[in-house]
Amino acid sequence: MNRDKVITLAHGSGGKKMRDLIEGVIGPAFSNPNLNVHEDQARLPLNELLSKGDRLAFTTDSYVITPLFFPGGDIGSLAVHGTVNDLAVSGAIPLYLSCGLVIEEGFDLITLGRVLEKMAAAAQNCGVQVVTGDTKVVPRGAADGLFINTSGIGVLPSHLHPSALALREGDVIISSGTLGDHGAAVVLARGQLDLSAAVESDSQSIVDLVQAVIAQVPVVAMRDPTRGGLAAVLSEWAEASRVNISICMPDLPISPSVRSLCEVLGFDAVHLANEGKVILAVKPEHEALTLEILHAHPKGKSAAAIGRVRAAPSGLVTMRTGFGTETVLTLPAGEQLPRIC
Amino acid sequence: MKYVDDFRSPDLATGVLREINVLMERIGTTAESPIRIMEVCGGHTHTISKFGLDSLLPPGVQFVHGPGCPVCVLPTGAIDTAIAVAEQPNIIFTTFGDVMRVPGSESSLAVAKARGADVRVVYAPSDALAIAQQNPQKRVVFFAIGFETTAPATALTVLQAEKENVANFSILCHHVLVIPPLRALLEDSKMCATAEGLSTHSINVQESLKMGRLHGFLAPGHVSMVIGTKPYEPLAQTYHKPFVVAGFEPVDILMSLVMVLRQIANGRAEVENQYNRVVRPDGNPAAMRAVLRVFTPTANREWRGIGNLPESGLALRPEYQQWDVFAHLTVPQREAADPKICQCGQVLRGEVEPWECKVFATACTPETPIGACMVSSEGACAAYYNYGRLAPNKRLPLAPTMGR
Repeated sequence: MNRDKVITLAHGSGGKKMRDLIEGVIGPAFSNPNLNVHEDQARLPLNELLSKGDRLAFTTDSYVITPLFFPGGDIGSLAVHGTVNDLAVSGAIPLYLSCGLVIEEGFDLITLGRVLEKMAAAAQNCGVQVVTGDTKVVPRGAADGLFINTSGIGVLPSHLHPSALALREGDVIISSGTLGDHGAAVVLARGQLDLSAAVESDSQSIVDLVQAVIAQVPVVAMRDPTRGGLAAVLSEWAEASRVNISICMPDLPISPSVRSLCEVLGFDAVHLANEGKVILAVKPEHEALTLEILHAHPKGKSAAAIGRVRAAPSGLVTMRTGFGTETVLTLPAGEQLPRIC
Repeated sequence: MKYVDDFRSPDLATGVLREINVLMERIGTTAESPIRIMEVCGGHTHTISKFGLDSLLPPGVQFVHGPGCPVCVLPTGAIDTAIAVAEQPNIIFTTFGDVMRVPGSESSLAVAKARGADVRVVYAPSDALAIAQQNPQKRVVFFAIGFETTAPATALTVLQAEKENVANFSILCHHVLVIPPLRALLEDSKMCATAEGLSTHSINVQESLKMGRLHGFLAPGHVSMVIGTKPYEPLAQTYHKPFVVAGFEPVDILMSLVMVLRQIANGRAEVENQYNRVVRPDGNPAAMRAVLRVFTPTANREWRGIGNLPESGLALRPEYQQWDVFAHLTVPQREAADPKICQCGQVLRGEVEPWECKVFATACTPETPIGACMVSSEGACAAYYNYGRLAPNKRLPLAPTMGR
């Protein structure tokens, strides 16, 4: 199989080569009883789902990141973490994933194998099974190497109702860790800026971390701050709940290398993507307990309370500086691009 | 990050603000006719907005934003020319990121890229040279913009291209110089000194405040790193204005303001250097030598909102003409009027506040910019918009808690 070395259009044609690819490379990577039945769909036992909760959480996401491998992660593990985390922040226990691959003709088979290996390892780590999938090969130039879509199903316990609409005056905003690591790592890994710094993506599952918190704290709202970063999450919350969210600039957990990179490039870490963090809103009486749980968890060591919910000015996120001044935090227009002086 | 942290220290800022308040009591101006201090550089504007520094100041002193954002001063025609070059066959057009969304008369480089032109964002001209070396079959054009801050890197890259004989590398040169627009602003009748002959001795505060609309300058830190502090001296003397070369952190800006106010309170008009951890009086002579070896001042250069200024731009010297994109392409150089409705010009001259512009935050936003000042992160309008600084009656009740 690997003698061919590259993906050709024949691998997506429905013929023998496609079967070789699916049965020889993709299937074995994700091997599990639900996948191995060779049907066109996964058949998932309802009873097992019902024993865990009363609602399904269902989400989908497509991964088109470049480069495919970057410090701290790769497109395969990211495609698992991203979708699993989208489920996790509802409070759901993620169980099943689909895996759709769109591969550009000429893509290296060994690289595909490496991506699948990473993806399978990440799935196992998160306790989810890849139970169904699809593979398409498109002509050279019609895609950039490899795109992955994953959809995920989880089960939501009946007592959990975190919601973007639920924030009220006095609630405390907590970040589970440092901000901007993924965005910074990918900018650097693209290598277009000829800079180097020790920044790694935070790509990881937050299922265990979230589960640890919700076991003890009735969380008001949860979100993973991916594209658009912290600023995007808080803006959505402020608008949805018609409240003001006031964050405190000196309290934001940002690693020294991400801070330096932001200084050099004119980025703001609150706008950079994260792939292994959760932003929580909790009642003030739960602030201390939440932080205690997070700090006791290996993925929450640098967790910090970063702001509070206020009644006005409603719909806006504001940022208090160390100087006692306050400014409005907006979403960046277009891409974040380097400053020139 | 040590310097950054030191110069963001609120404790330090509190002390500096106390001194600003003491000086302002001595100077005695009010909100009705305040002292106006122009921060020349867009980087200063950005810091002031990001940290809300102006809301800490007593009412008798104001920051006014100047023409030091290199992207903002690019005229519409320069963008049109850049797009025309980028859309030629067999071209890779490289540019600093901030320029991508600046509107030309019909589109922008970002739109040209979406339509199929090969436009790439680079962080330095040397990146463009590397792209040229990797793509010998293409002509790789670097859009060389910016003040004396970025001109040395362009000059060194041209010299490197010559040394390594990278014949497919070219520049579209729109470098500009910082002193000519400052002189033009000071010459402008509204700002011009009426105190001829007073330049050599000190004058009292009230006399100094009558002299024009601008009363002092925070000179740009990064430009000064290259040109040094001396080029401001003729301006300080001729127009009797204090110039303080300022760093970019909040405490840098506040300390520089103290230095300007001290000069005003004492009737002095000198060039001082607050940013002495980076800026030397002679600047960086090696960098200036590279600039002068490759470039020569242009007869004229058009500035957005300011118009044509003599000897205000840089062009390749005759012996380096082969690196000019126009030695290889016949693209008509465009001239286009800036949009009538846009008041970027007055913003760049410090005559109106961004929120006083007719289209600010209505038709003109960072998503749908009409003028360049709304595009660049260094632009005054973008800095105001992004940090929610709308017209005073639309502003949020975000009261500062320090320094008053």
